[in-house]
Amino acid sequence: MALLELRNVSKIYHTGGEEIRALDDVSLELNNGEFISIIGPSGSGKSTLMHILGCLDLPTKGEVWLDGINISKASQRELARVRNRTIGFVFQSFNLLPKLSVLQNVELPMVYAGIGGSQRRERATAALNLVELGHRLKNRPNQLSGGQQQRVAIARALVNDPKIILADEPTGNLDTHTGEVILNLFRQLSIQGRTVILVTHNPEIAAVTPRRVEIRNGKVAERVDERLAGLHRQAAAAGMAAGLGVPG
Amino acid sequence: MNLINTIVIGLKEIWAHKFRSLLTMFGIVLGVASLVGMSALIKGMENGMRESMVAMGGADKVLLEAQAVPAYQDHLADQAPGRTIRDVFALREGAPLLRVVSPEMTVPEVILTRGEKACDPSECVGAWPEVLEMNLHTVEHGRFFNAIDEERAHAVCVVGTGIRDALFGSPDEIGREIIPIGEKIQIGGQPFTIVGMFQHYMGEQEAKERALARRTPKAEPGSFQGPKRQKGWGKRGGWAFSRKNMTVYMPLNTAWVRFRIAGDLDGIPDPRLSDIDIKVRDLSNLEAALQQARNVLLVTHNGIEDFNFRTQENQVESINKQIENARMSGGIIAGISLLVGGIGIMNIMLASINERIREIGTCKALGATGTEIFIQIIVESVVLSILGALLGLLASGGLVEVLGLISPTGNTPVVTWQSQAIAVAFSAGVGIVAGLFPAVKAARLSPIQALRYE
Ligand SMILES: Nc1ncnc2c1ncn2[C@@H]1O[C@H](COP(=O)(O)OP(=O)(O)OP(=O)(O)O)[C@@H](O)[C@H]1O
Ligand SMILES: [Mg+2]
Repeated sequence: MALLELRNVSKIYHTGGEEIRALDDVSLELNNGEFISIIGPSGSGKSTLMHILGCLDLPTKGEVWLDGINISKASQRELARVRNRTIGFVFQSFNLLPKLSVLQNVELPMVYAGIGGSQRRERATAALNLVELGHRLKNRPNQLSGGQQQRVAIARALVNDPKIILADEPTGNLDTHTGEVILNLFRQLSIQGRTVILVTHNPEIAAVTPRRVEIRNGKVAERVDERLAGLHRQAAAAGMAAGLGVPG
Repeated sequence: MNLINTIVIGLKEIWAHKFRSLLTMFGIVLGVASLVGMSALIKGMENGMRESMVAMGGADKVLLEAQAVPAYQDHLADQAPGRTIRDVFALREGAPLLRVVSPEMTVPEVILTRGEKACDPSECVGAWPEVLEMNLHTVEHGRFFNAIDEERAHAVCVVGTGIRDALFGSPDEIGREIIPIGEKIQIGGQPFTIVGMFQHYMGEQEAKERALARRTPKAEPGSFQGPKRQKGWGKRGGWAFSRKNMTVYMPLNTAWVRFRIAGDLDGIPDPRLSDIDIKVRDLSNLEAALQQARNVLLVTHNGIEDFNFRTQENQVESINKQIENARMSGGIIAGISLLVGGIGIMNIMLASINERIREIGTCKALGATGTEIFIQIIVESVVLSILGALLGLLASGGLVEVLGLISPTGNTPVVTWQSQAIAVAFSAGVGIVAGLFPAVKAARLSPIQALRYE
């Protein structure tokens, strides 16, 4: 059974009497441990799809099944719980809380999970060590570089041990090299067995993932556009993958 | 999500906007300071009134007052006898429910002199020994008048310590206590011998100050001390007592013979007493005792009701009413400033959640429920208002000092912990109410909108 399944999902916005179908009858199955990129041109509905996959939003029509549970009927409180335990988010603009230290930022999801103080500290430190920021615990987010901030965000996404990691343009605000480091982290997470979903319009990133889903005008495209998916540069991508230490 | 964590985050949020938060708190600071200051002032007033009640003779004292004859007896007005010594004898014989009946004849507008020194007594009165029990006086030095003094209208008097201070010098000024028994003074130009002196009456405040002064060692004699300063014993917090210390008593007959008869040059001297005070045997039987006294007096007054009883209960009632009024108006002022403070807090909380929409969205994406966001905002609002309340308590210290200086009655304001607790609790309540709307707004925020917000 699929870990995450969309059945005929539509998201319709009504603005000024006009109907905008941000998602139009999308059906999709994601299995446990998959490494997927969602690609598509700007305005095609990628972020909307990600919000629904991440239980941040409910579809106008259709059903979302997560782990055998119908999410589309869940209450706000249940959705919050799913976001807390099952999903880890990484955003393009990092979204760290500026007034909390790096450590406190990473502890935050555990605070909402009701985990005690000492265990929180322990696990947050471990997660930060994993992204090699164990020495910057006391810093404020604005004292870190963009790449470091995104690594903190990844540590935060990981800390409640979620099954799914959702990242919306995680490298969008980073330079190429830093982006590769971040991407490498996602790769490793995928190898560890987590389901990782990357939303991107960067073909080089899409090329890294084994599976690609292309969204066009709110619909899942029948055939993935090779250029958009970076497949015409397969060789380069393979090279990059090799560079990251991933078996080709 | 534990509360301490929430409070810490709230404090961080407040600390991040120090100046703004301080300005916001100002309404609460003012509200709390005025609430505490006002109640301290009223408490001081209350204490002063209670003390003065005791100083003036206790709660069981009843005044027999003169009053204009009622309308239906208007045609008898010229036959109204007024309160005379006959009433006193009649009450003694005919009203067994009364314990003490004390006649007083005031010697009006009189000045006491001794050589160069002069003073103005609070009351100069001819009285019977009953007056001691009536007005709760204690003769500490010498004696009070006896039957012979009364009978022969001896020119003797008993004075309070205030009179002694004015005519002979106070212990604070000359370093030792003078006991002027046997000394001669002039009362209204007539020579009198002092036969007794009352104890020094003082309020709680003064008693405390004295005890403190006794404990601190005196400066070495002969060392330079600077000019002598007025210490002002008995001024602060005890105007009723300083008044009581300025009493002069003489035998009733003396007042009559030496001042009334002589004072009235033409015609018949006025035989009316200036006061008849009563104490009843049993305060719980007050109504019956007063009815008995009324019956007796109606006989001596030929049925003319030119008198009335004034119980301390009436007095207590009117005092309570005054205090109630003062409390009410003070409470309204404090309430309004707390309300304004609350509006300020609500305003700042709304601004604050608007600034933090993305943060709130992030928290929701990380699994915060609406309730948790709600609590966070409420806690912040309450922390803000309680901080303001604590600052207000600090400020109230200074305010009370100032109020003490300008307070009209001279009663020291007393800060009570009850008023402080009420002020803080009220501020916390204001914080909760002010935070309610912003908190609901933040809790309802949809995570998508919050995350998309730029
Ligand atoms: N709240 C909303 N109200 C109205 N229309 C909306 C709303 N949110 C999204 N849309 C519309 O839905 C469509 C899909 O938006 P979405 O953000 O998913 O695009 P995207 O693929 O993520 O684009 P990009 O690559 O630029 O981020 C767009 O046409 C957008 O205008
Ligand atoms: Mg997008």
